[in-house]
Amino acid sequence: MPSPDPENTEVEVDEPRQGLLDSITQHLGDAVVASHLAPGRELWVRVETSAWPEAASVLQRRLGYRFFDWLSAIDWMESPYGRSMDAEVDKELGLVETEASEAETVAPTGADGYAGGESRMQVLARVHSIDAQLGVTLKADVPDMSIGTWTNTFPGAEWHEREACEMFGINFEGHPGLRPLYLPSDFQGNPMRKDYPLLARIIKPWPGIVDVEPMPEASDQGASTTNPEAAS
Amino acid sequence: MTEVTDRRQLAYIAAQASEARINVELEAEGMTLNIGPQHPATHGTLRIVARLDGEQVMDAEPMMGYMHRGYEKLAEVRTYPQVTALVNRIDWLGSFANEVPFILAAEQLMEVEAPPRAQWIRTILFEMARIANLTLFLGDMGVQLGAVTPVFYAFRDREHVLNQIEAATGGRFHPNFDRIGGVKDDLPAGWIQQTRQSLDKIRSFCDQMEDLLLGNAIFEQRTRGVGVIPADVAQAYGLSGANIRASGVDWDLRRDNPTETGLVYDQVDWKVWTHPDGDSFARYWVRLQEVRESCSIVDQLLGSIPKGPIMAKVPRIIKVPAGEAYVATENPLGIMGYYVVSKGGLEPFRVKIRSASFSNMSITPWLLKGTYVPDVITILASLYFILGDIDR
Repeated sequence: MPSPDPENTEVEVDEPRQGLLDSITQHLGDAVVASHLAPGRELWVRVETSAWPEAASVLQRRLGYRFFDWLSAIDWMESPYGRSMDAEVDKELGLVETEASEAETVAPTGADGYAGGESRMQVLARVHSIDAQLGVTLKADVPDMSIGTWTNTFPGAEWHEREACEMFGINFEGHPGLRPLYLPSDFQGNPMRKDYPLLARIIKPWPGIVDVEPMPEASDQGASTTNPEAAS
Repeated sequence: MTEVTDRRQLAYIAAQASEARINVELEAEGMTLNIGPQHPATHGTLRIVARLDGEQVMDAEPMMGYMHRGYEKLAEVRTYPQVTALVNRIDWLGSFANEVPFILAAEQLMEVEAPPRAQWIRTILFEMARIANLTLFLGDMGVQLGAVTPVFYAFRDREHVLNQIEAATGGRFHPNFDRIGGVKDDLPAGWIQQTRQSLDKIRSFCDQMEDLLLGNAIFEQRTRGVGVIPADVAQAYGLSGANIRASGVDWDLRRDNPTETGLVYDQVDWKVWTHPDGDSFARYWVRLQEVRESCSIVDQLLGSIPKGPIMAKVPRIIKVPAGEAYVATENPLGIMGYYVVSKGGLEPFRVKIRSASFSNMSITPWLLKGTYVPDVITILASLYFILGDIDR
């Protein structure tokens, strides 16, 4: 959480999360590719694609992370349709910086989130330990659009994997039935992929940021003043 | 033109065929019972295809998606302040509670902290959303068992809380009141006094429900020992909220999430209720106690609201620095979390919404196997889901 600098140095060493990272590394060995620790907030661990199911079973059976929180995926590709946010009126008013178009041309193909990544698609999942009051976010690259299932360890992953499959087109090997969860059975495409257009935005562009209600009492300099009633 | 029509026809035929396939698979033996998508017990458009052997359920498969609105995709083309208007509609009975974890995640990425007064108002409204949500459950559970009176009481008394939410935020169901760095407005004059009165109504409503239902022989027979969820199964399916606490797991993010500084539960004296049985009755009982506890939390917070600003210093156009954050809170239905990935722009790059009902419902194929048809209704009611919270 946001904290002033003096406090930050205090929580710089996050003993429980560091300990968890050490024991994950101990059990999985080289399969742990990268990690990122935000002290006092969260731990991210990226494992090898082949070690994805093993990571779940190690966390559940060896380390006691029995609460399955969620599983999903990220498409790290920049959207080819731009940001879908810029309206001409905003550009004229100078509300949108024109550098946005430069950022699009960079278009990194690999993941550039916490704990890094090489492939466009990544799966990520979170498990929690109620005894230790700690959670960990696991990530894995999906270069071939196929990865092992977690359902053998956490039966609750079944629906989450079905959703990730239909939305991103990722195959979960060993899943008992990868039928579409939300989408009609004859639906074509994977809607959550960045290259799947959000047609509503393309047909009728957004009117612009001027449409947004200004922040309360922030209309002057962006700073809020003491509320008169609160002070009275 | 003909091409399009042909394609449409083919798509229609394919859809029919796939529907038929599902039905044929399930009709291999026994009888298939379709519950929903329009059914009073499904609180919306949930369809459950159950394969029956006599009165016993052999397989039950929920079919979702009738209300899938794709909020994760829509959030990618909206600015951070706009997203709250979307996520309000996930759990529509406790709308304000949906906004809070998203705003907290954005605040975490921006390293902004709401001033104390805003944190107090947030927590009060968060708990009032819980009361409004769970009150309806307490009455609705009766309806599923054939007792119609409680639900009228529930709608009547929930109105007192909704009026207070409306008075503070301007919206009965969709407040859209939480802002990055604080809340939209201060509380109106006289609000605290009126809220106290509405809490009294809820307290007497809870007593009424206890009198009407908990001592009732029919209610006990229909809920005791029905739909038992052991604690380890609940954890493997990601159950949360009152559903997991009714299985004896003493876990509540309001108390147990120390990193979550946007809410002020550490400032009040309250208790996390659990029940060891894990059956439908336990889930009802835990929620009844939670409503009472929420009344007490709101009551205590109303007396200790600090003076001061309600907004931190945030820029007019909100740009969130690159990074990833996951913030989960204990919402009325269970744990709701937002995994927000920012690339430093005006809008989130990816938002994963972890909604409580989705995980709570994922246990139904396991839980309904071997139960009897009338119990299907009570078990579904006791799990307490909101369709918008499943489909998102």
